[in-house]
Amino acid sequence: MDATTAVFLTIVTAATPLLLAALGELVTERSGVLNLGVEGMMVMGAVAGFGAGFLSGNPYIGIFAAILAGMAMALLFGLLTLTLVTNQVATGLSLTLLGLGLSGLLGESFVGEPGVRLPKWLGIDILIPVSFILVAAVSYVLFRTKIGLVIRAVGDSHASAHALGYRVTLVRYACVLFGGACSGLAGGYLSLAYTPQWVENMTAGRGWIALALVVFSSWLPWRLVVGAYLFGAISILAYTVQTFALGIPSQLLLSLPYIATILALVLISASRRLTRSNAPACLGQPFVPDR
Amino acid sequence: MTDNGGKNHLLEALHIVKTFGSLRANDDVSLFVRPSEIHALLGENGAGKSTLVKIIYGALQPTAGELRWHGAPVTIASPAAARKLGIGMVFQHFSLFEALSVAENIALALPGAFDIAALSQKISRISKEYGLPLEPSAIVGDLSVGERQRIEIIRCLLQEPKLLIMDEPTAVLTPQEADQLFLVLERLAKESCSILYISHRLEEVKRLCQSATILRQGKVVACVDPRQETAASLARLMVGGDIHVVRAKAKPQSGKPRLVLDKVALKQDGPFGVSLRDISLAVAGGEVVAIAGVAGNGQSELFDAISGEKLLAREEALVIDGKPCGRRGITERRKMGAAFVPEERLGHGAVPAFRLSENVILTRYASDKNLTKSGTIGRDAALGVSERVIKSFDVRKGKPDPEARALSGGNLQKFVVGRELDRNPAVLVVNQPTWGVDAGAAATIRQALVDLARAGAAVLVISQDLDEIFEIADRIAVISRGQLSEAYPASDLTAEKIGLLMAGEHEVREERHAARA
Repeated sequence: MDATTAVFLTIVTAATPLLLAALGELVTERSGVLNLGVEGMMVMGAVAGFGAGFLSGNPYIGIFAAILAGMAMALLFGLLTLTLVTNQVATGLSLTLLGLGLSGLLGESFVGEPGVRLPKWLGIDILIPVSFILVAAVSYVLFRTKIGLVIRAVGDSHASAHALGYRVTLVRYACVLFGGACSGLAGGYLSLAYTPQWVENMTAGRGWIALALVVFSSWLPWRLVVGAYLFGAISILAYTVQTFALGIPSQLLLSLPYIATILALVLISASRRLTRSNAPACLGQPFVPDR
Repeated sequence: MTDNGGKNHLLEALHIVKTFGSLRANDDVSLFVRPSEIHALLGENGAGKSTLVKIIYGALQPTAGELRWHGAPVTIASPAAARKLGIGMVFQHFSLFEALSVAENIALALPGAFDIAALSQKISRISKEYGLPLEPSAIVGDLSVGERQRIEIIRCLLQEPKLLIMDEPTAVLTPQEADQLFLVLERLAKESCSILYISHRLEEVKRLCQSATILRQGKVVACVDPRQETAASLARLMVGGDIHVVRAKAKPQSGKPRLVLDKVALKQDGPFGVSLRDISLAVAGGEVVAIAGVAGNGQSELFDAISGEKLLAREEALVIDGKPCGRRGITERRKMGAAFVPEERLGHGAVPAFRLSENVILTRYASDKNLTKSGTIGRDAALGVSERVIKSFDVRKGKPDPEARALSGGNLQKFVVGRELDRNPAVLVVNQPTWGVDAGAAATIRQALVDLARAGAAVLVISQDLDEIFEIADRIAVISRGQLSEAYPASDLTAEKIGLLMAGEHEVREERHAARA
């Protein structure tokens, strides 16, 4: 394997968890729900995936557990924001805090243990083609099927959707759960493929980058791929440049992906057309039918 | 059509009661709709019309009472169930999705899977058949209000309804668009689709409807044949008394212009906004000038430009009492003697969770010296002002100094307008002064606007209500797609002529050329 391929492969590996988590959040936001708990769902997926894989010895059971853990967190978020109508921003933030704390507690005994690794397929992680298939599927469902139309409708005007007889809360639950499953899967990828071990707080802010990517993509699935690979490249660049000892502080280099995130958001927000035209109009607004 | 022999009714609503907390929105209401008739449901705002139709459409469940369809008792659990029975509804505030296309919007209302291509063809066919032009692939956010209403109508027609509920359909239309709508409705009725027509425009109801049920404070007060009534007798039934007619003293000799707009231009804000182009207008002291137009043609943008919510490019573009102030903010414009009443009273005109006295301080802290003392609030002074407004405008409230959101729409509007009038401003700009306000409160507000002008102020009213405009305006200009027509004396204009101006200026220019030739 020559150096270029190697670098490309590391970029792909870095981009895939971002892509998976962002894709789930994109669907959630398309239905009008803002879940800031991506980081928390991801880290729970990582710890559950590692734990289940480690205890059973089977990485597939690990991945399955990761998805379930993400969905469990999302279900909690749904119960709070959709059924009890709590504030979505505050609930999402606490979901992240909860996930970080709880995963640390659950994963205490896993620290330093050798994990199981997801098998590769033609030299690449299985989840890489899976991420592309998911993007294609989400894109198809959102824009070519009735289910997708209903999701977009609920996100655009929940009052109108309700007036037409659609079950807004149910649709949103489904999308929030899908978001949780994707975040859990992304977390499982980290602890079962990216670095097959458990380290506390191992998501390291990837959940936040995934959230920013959704805005970057202006809520279009295929643009997520561009964004995720761009950010994957930047974070790999940060590591590679360090080895050349250019005298740039490593902290600055390691913060590159986050600086890039902020820059991208500023640039995108500067063009109102880009952000507004696709942004779900009901994003973050609670829905309470007047019955 | 046969007479009221129970079996011949398409829809019967019997003794419907609906309570929200302690409020009885519908109190033993009964309604009978015969096949192929256009039945009016009349009443003031808050009389319970919307509640009743929401129950019929399955969006609300009655607390007590029964619905019958073709004589058989039914429970309408949801709008989907209503549509299955053959009940369609066109909402007053459209239930449309701005980010989606026309065809997608319609697909959402149809059961089962969808095929956009086939549906688009069907939409084109029906839109041609009924004379409701519509492009299936257009994005709703880019369409005019009239076009959006056509989507709702076509959406209902695709389901071949037996009963079509129309909630104040002409409130947002030009007179010509309204005429076209009446043709469609009459044709539908002929094709044996009954129509339940909600309105408070009495002339329309007299012209279109064969029977009318009139609601007042949640109760049925009468069931009449509107063709046998006069507009005045219908109004008396609706209001329960005579409506005050605005009396204006003769218009004074043309005073000095106190509000001047000179080629105001403003770029649109966001994909669904409207750009203002080249707007010029002068309002003199002593007169009321009204700006007519269909919603979404730049009224809110124009209001923002005059009030200072959006700054203009040039200082001279806006002149208040001789002083250019296009680059100055709201507070400075207020200090110059101008007062502004925006369209939305809750959230824009008043902070819902603040008390009335606190809301007084929010708009008048800069212009009234005694409301704040070196940064602290003068509570007594603010209470004094709000008491004065409440008294002179007869604002009805539950307790002293309530929160703004505790007032009914009409009472809050009286307060919001009264708060500015109380200052005796030199220039007053009001957007939609009586939107969603009952007839009594509307008359009070209109009279106050005219009185203020006759006392020497320049009053600019932006309104979509042509009746209101003709009642109070000395001169009328029409806004269309961000451009303002010349301001014509009200006596020279008719509703038809204004309708033409609303549709776009050049047709009228041609007409004027023709008239001169």
